[in-house]
Amino acid sequence: MKRFIILILEILVLFIIQSTMFHYIALLNIMPNLLLIIVVSMAYINGRNYGMLTGFIVGLLLDLTFGNLIGLYALIYVTIGFLAGYINAIYSEDDYVLPVVLIAIGDLFYNFIYYIFEFLLRGKLDVLFYFRRIILPEIIYTVLASVFVYKLIHMINIQLDYGVNREV
Amino acid sequence: MRRKKINLNPKYVFIMLVIVCILLIVLSFQNKDRINPIKSAIGYIVTPMQNGIVSVGNFISDKTSGFKNVQSLIEKNEKLESDLNELTFQNKLLLQDKYELDRLRELYKLDDKYSDYPKVAARIITKDPNNWYNVFTIDKGKRHGIEVNMNVLSGQGLAGIVIEVHENYSKVRSIIDDNSSISAMFLKTSDECIVEGDLKLIDQGKIRVELISKNADIKDGYEIVTSHISPNFLQGILIGYVSDIKTDTNNLKKSALITPVVNFEHLEEVLIITKLKEDPMIDK
Repeated sequence: MKRFIILILEILVLFIIQSTMFHYIALLNIMPNLLLIIVVSMAYINGRNYGMLTGFIVGLLLDLTFGNLIGLYALIYVTIGFLAGYINAIYSEDDYVLPVVLIAIGDLFYNFIYYIFEFLLRGKLDVLFYFRRIILPEIIYTVLASVFVYKLIHMINIQLDYGVNREV
Repeated sequence: MRRKKINLNPKYVFIMLVIVCILLIVLSFQNKDRINPIKSAIGYIVTPMQNGIVSVGNFISDKTSGFKNVQSLIEKNEKLESDLNELTFQNKLLLQDKYELDRLRELYKLDDKYSDYPKVAARIITKDPNNWYNVFTIDKGKRHGIEVNMNVLSGQGLAGIVIEVHENYSKVRSIIDDNSSISAMFLKTSDECIVEGDLKLIDQGKIRVELISKNADIKDGYEIVTSHISPNFLQGILIGYVSDIKTDTNNLKKSALITPVVNFEHLEEVLIITKLKEDPMIDK
């Protein structure tokens, strides 16, 4: 239960930072995808079920605040959480490279799906342009941000684990 | 409190969640109106927090930029004062014209120009946290009399249109958004055209104009305003200045680019016209 509340709090904080502080954090009009970072991190640290839960909450939050259809973001984020959760099998507490790579792949996946649903279907075929203009800068910025955000999420997680182990 | 061991096979959970999501997509697609209360409820929780953060951020940046720019402010002030004198003089002349115009208008019972429309000022609190779109949220909602399809201005030009209204916030799609499409016309020649946002042109700060009549006698720098046949936009709101006019490859129509008068990079406050375009047919 404590974990769940902390998870919700983490998501809310990142969501508010991302949607509100755009004036201060956007570079070249591109924002890092902070919410993707938390989905992939949770999946990597705690496994598939946890990743999917995080993805579902994040997706629904985005759908309900910004989406036109409820469930599209949720679907994408649940899938990302599920797939990233497979890497949980080789989770190591000291590895900071693997999650960052995972986040980069996750961001690519997310943007690609989004491009297909929202632009390709409207006949905007210039994939390379959109890749160069939006996807690539976003991945780079997200990776940079993820170095810090992942560390933070990881630390909170270790604290929680520590508490549980001590009580047992 | 010991952590409960949950033995759920992730694959089944995944399939279940995917089905839930697809159901939600289908349901929300069919009942677009009914999901608004749920969205409003979420907004009730999130918007105040966002509002708080925006005002704190603005406060800090106001303070810091205030220190930086004292010298330039003094210079600006001098320049503005001299401008002001000139403008006051011009304004007097214009006012005289306006009185005359008002009398003539009364005679002809013409509609007011858009400068006379009732407006509400609002602050932009959030932007779509997705780099693909240009939709933003403003801190005024149903409570302040905002309705869907109200026009949003910034400074002297059209900035966007309200697409969704909730109790204490509403969503605005800016005219540079890839989904935006506006029926417009040239102020001088009254040639009609369609103004469409295009993600590819955002970096250059331009919007695309299409379906201009081939015979239109237009030149670079002409003003484009919202047209009288647009169902949602009030007539005569300035959108921008035209450039790069060229004839389409099929030799039937012309297309061009517009430089919008609104600077979308630094949009922080907007004005909403609280008057909807009414259909004259329904009116009578």
